[in-house]
Amino acid sequence: MSDARAAILARLRAASTDNPLPTLDTAVLERRRWSPTERVKRLRRGMEAVHTEFLEARTEDWPEVLGAFCEREGIKTLLYGPGTEAGRRLAAVMAVTATALRPYDAPVETFKDELFQAVDAGFTTTLGGVAETGGLLVAPGPQEPRLLSLVPPVHLALLRASAIHDTLWSAIRSLGWDQAPPPNALMISGPSKTADIEQTLAYGVHGPRRLIVILVHDLPGTPA
Amino acid sequence: MPPARPSRVYFYGTCLVDLFFPEAGLAGIQLLQRAGVEVVFPEGQTCCGQPAYNCGYFEEARAVARTQIALFPEDLPVILPSGSCAGMMKHHYPDLFRGQPDEAAARAFAARVYELTQFLVDVLDVRLADLGPPVKVTWHSSCHALRDLGLKGQPQALLGQLANVELAPLARERECCGFGGTFSVRHPEISGTMACDKAADALATEASVVLSTDGGCLLNVKGVLEAQTAPMRVQHIAEFLWERTHAR
Amino acid sequence: MPGESDMNEGGPSGRFAPSASPLVHPHGVTERSPATPSGPSFRASAAKALGDAQLRANFRRAMDGLMTKRSAQFPDPGDLQALRDLGTAVRTRSLLRLPELLEQLEASCTRNGIQVHWAETCDQANALILGLLKARGATRLVKGKSMVSEEMHLNAFLESHGIESLESDLGEYIIQLDHETPSHIIMPAIHKNKGQIAQQFSQKIKDAAYTEDVDELTALARKVLRQKFLEADAGLSGVNFAVAETGTLCLVENEGNGRMSTHVPPLHIAVMGLEKVVARLEDVAPLYALLTRSATGQPATTYLNLISGPRAKDEMDGPREIHLVILDNGRSRIYGDPQLQATLRCIRCGACMNHCPVYTRVGGHAYEAVYPGPIGKILTPQIEGVGLRHDLIHGSSLCGACSEVCPVEIPIPDILVRLRREATHADAASAVAGQGTGRTTSEDLAWRAWAAVLKRPRLYRLSAWFATRFRQFIPGGLPLLKAWTLSRTTPLPAPRSLQERIRKEGMPRV
Repeated sequence: MSDARAAILARLRAASTDNPLPTLDTAVLERRRWSPTERVKRLRRGMEAVHTEFLEARTEDWPEVLGAFCEREGIKTLLYGPGTEAGRRLAAVMAVTATALRPYDAPVETFKDELFQAVDAGFTTTLGGVAETGGLLVAPGPQEPRLLSLVPPVHLALLRASAIHDTLWSAIRSLGWDQAPPPNALMISGPSKTADIEQTLAYGVHGPRRLIVILVHDLPGTPA
Repeated sequence: MPPARPSRVYFYGTCLVDLFFPEAGLAGIQLLQRAGVEVVFPEGQTCCGQPAYNCGYFEEARAVARTQIALFPEDLPVILPSGSCAGMMKHHYPDLFRGQPDEAAARAFAARVYELTQFLVDVLDVRLADLGPPVKVTWHSSCHALRDLGLKGQPQALLGQLANVELAPLARERECCGFGGTFSVRHPEISGTMACDKAADALATEASVVLSTDGGCLLNVKGVLEAQTAPMRVQHIAEFLWERTHAR
Repeated sequence: MPGESDMNEGGPSGRFAPSASPLVHPHGVTERSPATPSGPSFRASAAKALGDAQLRANFRRAMDGLMTKRSAQFPDPGDLQALRDLGTAVRTRSLLRLPELLEQLEASCTRNGIQVHWAETCDQANALILGLLKARGATRLVKGKSMVSEEMHLNAFLESHGIESLESDLGEYIIQLDHETPSHIIMPAIHKNKGQIAQQFSQKIKDAAYTEDVDELTALARKVLRQKFLEADAGLSGVNFAVAETGTLCLVENEGNGRMSTHVPPLHIAVMGLEKVVARLEDVAPLYALLTRSATGQPATTYLNLISGPRAKDEMDGPREIHLVILDNGRSRIYGDPQLQATLRCIRCGACMNHCPVYTRVGGHAYEAVYPGPIGKILTPQIEGVGLRHDLIHGSSLCGACSEVCPVEIPIPDILVRLRREATHADAASAVAGQGTGRTTSEDLAWRAWAAVLKRPRLYRLSAWFATRFRQFIPGGLPLLKAWTLSRTTPLPAPRSLQERIRKEGMPRV
């Protein structure tokens, strides 16, 4: 379709003007700034408003908090990425619980049916969060595949309080996504939802029915 | 930027006020005069040209607009008892005359145009004393007053000065009444439905009169109220303000 | 709760098919439609919709809710204006650099392993997609929501070639089950109530029991669609924003069907209108903030999905191939006109329809167009031709509620007026299709007569004299008056005009 390409670009070029580009005044984004503790509060408020649940944890005990949650909720199979530091810590703790850990360490084609039908929850780390609207920043990849946070009915996500950014705009810049974004990057604010039937909100339409954030209170001076 | 308080202004009656609401025109002139301003009403006024402009007949609109601009040669404010016609002159004349030999004149004229309540509040800062009996009214904002001219509560501010007037707001005060000039006859079913909804909204306030800055909206709502023999009147705000504030 | 009246009786049989149905307005009078003979009649289909009280109630309730939610998201008018200014500047910059950015997008995508294709027409785009699917033996396609694919009538095209093309957005799935088209660009099934959806699911989904419980209905669709995601050979999505610098496709959604469609099947095909490009990833942030708040009054959607490449060698999942189809379909023509170009700033939030007093009353199907509401009123005639859509471009009171809320400040009423001119005048080199074809001798003569009178004050005075003297005898049979009096009494001129009174009595005195 190179003919189409040439024809389209020719038409656009013929119509292009050398009008000056309007300037971008980003002050309205820049002034959205909060203290670290206020960022945690805003993120929680925003995400809880769309049914995200939070578990309180500390750097040293989050795997136990997560394990206890899985036992309490009767989660039998938990899918996770075994290659991350968090994954290794999780594996060490979960070995003694009733929840079976299933590593996501082979191409999806080898266990697609199982993924869709036999996994109760998926665990991922996050790159941080967004305070303004409430959201998690997730960058799937080889160690934590893309479907880990999507297909299992429950998504458990590890978030460090110190990694919460003010806004999506500031996060994109400080994570360097504006220069080199990962092949897939996400902002996630809650469990999957729809309002397509009479504008009535319903959760768990295609993706996870529940989103559980394990919030690690790692801000300096924060009481755990 | 409002000008310094002028001693003389032009008054542009508009075709709808001329034919359907002459009392509103007289009242508008008197409100200005009472505020200490000499009012000049040039002969030869017809129409701002909006109907043709809105239908894409720019040459026809321009031919009419040109004759109207010529009636107001002095550098005086031009006051209209209509948000829609004032919006046409202020907001659309510059577009209508773009690239024409008289573009500069049209722009200069446009810059002098005011809607009446806008001028009474922003420039003249009038103070009204209510002489009428207690009454409940409701207010319909004309879309063009609101969005073309950017009126920000000047009519309500004037009504707020009247001690015996209770303003009962419409549930959908910012929604169009469905007039829209030729829209009302090209799409009478949609337009009529909108007008009926506006009338129902007004009736729900239990006010005795609907006020507006604009003759088009008033004719439209009045037509529906009359067709339904509803116990409610419509009145131009200029006429209402004058009626309540002048000693007989 | 809405009843079970069939409010879709009036749905269009085909979106672009001429409608010759007689006009039935709410008062029961039947007339022929006044529209141009070759185009759909907005007046007729709108009148039909207006006669459906349930439909009107559904839309009114839904639009009221959306307006309230939007305004709650913008508590500070100053911040809102600053954000709109920024969004407008981002989109304006993108358009000013459009050819350059599209080439940069192509280069960045290619570098990321996303293959880029160009299509001048919908037919070309459809053929391209069919070719991609056939070459891979794909017969089952799952779709995320894409208005461009609606523009292409892709589902019908693929199905005619034996490929299942399944909508997976819940609203799109609901209307596809009934072979309907979206009635809103964000909430495609907004015209249906849950009673109707309950009926439909119980009849069309295997083993589904009748339920009006929204959670149960949603769970039913989830069950069906998850199996479809699992089995699909390919997924198709639209693109909300395409980032030239990084080669990133941004998808904004709540349901997760977009992620399912783009990450589960081995092949992902994305389609976008050529205007969707922005320069940098950080430009997406203000547009996203405007989009979600303006559209549904949400501070953020559940997912913002940034796709910058297919499955890497060491990845366990994700599509093995991503193809991006860039569609023109008249956009480069619109681009050629400095005023009309603003149409291409649109980010498809739907706020203009949510706030439109006409859309609220007639619903989306009455427009018989892919894009309904105010944005559709300016976009559809530009793509299809102004003559065919002459009565659509007049179906607006020019109240300006649309441009007041538009996050990228598209002057929709001004563009409508411009298109009204284009429809009736063929006197300039124009970017608009069908220019001048809506002109009629009677309208032409009417405006000439109008100007002839109004530019001659004495003629005007004479007319005013007659109108006021004979005000009781205005013939009710005049066509315009007949239309006016469908819902109103005949307007009665005053006994004497303002000018006559001033001339006779002198200026009033205080």
